[in-house]
Amino acid sequence: MESNRPLPIPTPNSEPFWKGLANHQVTLQQCNDCAAWVFYPRSHCNGCLSPNLTWTEVTGNGTLYSYTVARRPTAPQFADDIPQLIVVVELNEGVRLNSVMINVAPEALIIGMAVKPVFHLQNSATLLYFEPA
Amino acid sequence: MGLKGRAAVTGVADYKNVRKYTGKRKFFLEQWAELTQLALADAGLSKHDVDGLCCAAIPESTMFAPATIAEYLGLQVNFAETVDLGGASPVSMIWRAAAAIEMGICEAVVCAAPGLPIPSNPNPPPKDPTRVYGSTSAKWGSPQAEYDVPYGNVAQNAGYALIAQRYAATYGYDERALAKIAVDQRTNAQGNPNAVFYGEPITIDDVLQSKMIADPLHILEIVMPCAGGSAVVVVSERLAKKCKHRPVFVTGFGERLTTRSVTYAEDMTVSPVGPAAASAFAMSGKKPKDVDVLEAYDCYTITVLLTIEDSGFCSKGEGTAFVNENDLTFSGSFPVNTHGGQLGAGQAAGMAGGMSQPVEGVRQIMGRADGRQIANCNAALITGTGGIMSEQSAIILEGA
Repeated sequence: MESNRPLPIPTPNSEPFWKGLANHQVTLQQCNDCAAWVFYPRSHCNGCLSPNLTWTEVTGNGTLYSYTVARRPTAPQFADDIPQLIVVVELNEGVRLNSVMINVAPEALIIGMAVKPVFHLQNSATLLYFEPA
Repeated sequence: MGLKGRAAVTGVADYKNVRKYTGKRKFFLEQWAELTQLALADAGLSKHDVDGLCCAAIPESTMFAPATIAEYLGLQVNFAETVDLGGASPVSMIWRAAAAIEMGICEAVVCAAPGLPIPSNPNPPPKDPTRVYGSTSAKWGSPQAEYDVPYGNVAQNAGYALIAQRYAATYGYDERALAKIAVDQRTNAQGNPNAVFYGEPITIDDVLQSKMIADPLHILEIVMPCAGGSAVVVVSERLAKKCKHRPVFVTGFGERLTTRSVTYAEDMTVSPVGPAAASAFAMSGKKPKDVDVLEAYDCYTITVLLTIEDSGFCSKGEGTAFVNENDLTFSGSFPVNTHGGQLGAGQAAGMAGGMSQPVEGVRQIMGRADGRQIANCNAALITGTGGIMSEQSAIILEGA
């Protein structure tokens, strides 16, 4: 199953994000015009549609916005990970992203808890997982 | 602004929902022909009256669906539309049809959503590896492929579970109230011989003791996929006079889309059904208290709860108390999904599940809901939900 895991295939726009993770850095785009933080990576700011975006390194720290404990695999490729802690994290910059929590028991998850990044090597890709801060 | 309420649904048709379909397999084009024929016969109209159609994608052709359907049925239409709004598509088809009719460009529009299995292909194409994640796009360049799929946030269960968990943290979570939604709808299904769970009532404890799929969602709070399919005919006021049944006018509508993944919703606990329903109510001049039934898209129990709150039937955060205080069955104080909903009657494949709600609303207002008829049913709010609670449409139906 491991080799079948769906991995992100970077696009020209997203490559800096995935390269950053491979170097254990969380980078986000910020809009030069309206100062909004942008996630996921885009060609234009989703706050004001400006094309003037700058990549900036951030801590990757944030809080748990929501979670679920997948008792059944959401797709066969995740069967080995059950129960999988599928989460949404809100970074300190205010943007939200999908992730997985590790190094924590399902019962210990509390919405609002502080989390910090884990750079999780999955085959050839580095995914942004989280653990309790 | 908006509709004047001069277009009416006058005919409906549907297949019996079944979990294991053993009948003749039919292409979507064949189902389109059959459902159209049945719905026109129900209305008392002929094929020659039809001058518009609204469809969703068909498996036979990745492009040109409306022309392919028109050709197969021998129709010449002035209005054709492929609606791509997931589970909200059927409700959105109906308001588009009503709007086109009020603009005077057509007089009779068929809206159909087939969902029976198609024949097995003797030369099956090679499996497309990007199709294994359900409705989640795994195609290169899709944000979902890059930021949802690698983390296992795939298909619907995880997304709706995330909504429910966030709701729980924000407003508290009465799991018995959520279960009661499934139970009351299942009771309604006992009046619907076409429901997959006809003859199988359940209790709150049954729901809470059923398998946990993605916390806090139990399997009995999630729709059962099935075979089915349905259609409606929307016509002008002039044609409605010729029809057999009480015309059911489309007097208001609303639509609101926000995100594809609920992860990026402004507030995960607030559904875009709010603005959609508010628009529908404003257009029709009705208020939530004026409708006799809510036929709410119900892929999950949490979907119904948020629809009740955000459509304005109670205040935000008070949905579980409202559910506990009301009997949601067809003879109760606040009837919801009188056919059983998709939770009780099954979610027919394709986009057909979302057509079951408008079809039921029409039957109730026509007074043809047999073993589950609401006394004096004159107005209904019908909602459709697509994406992960992120594409919403709403219509108000009113009897003449």
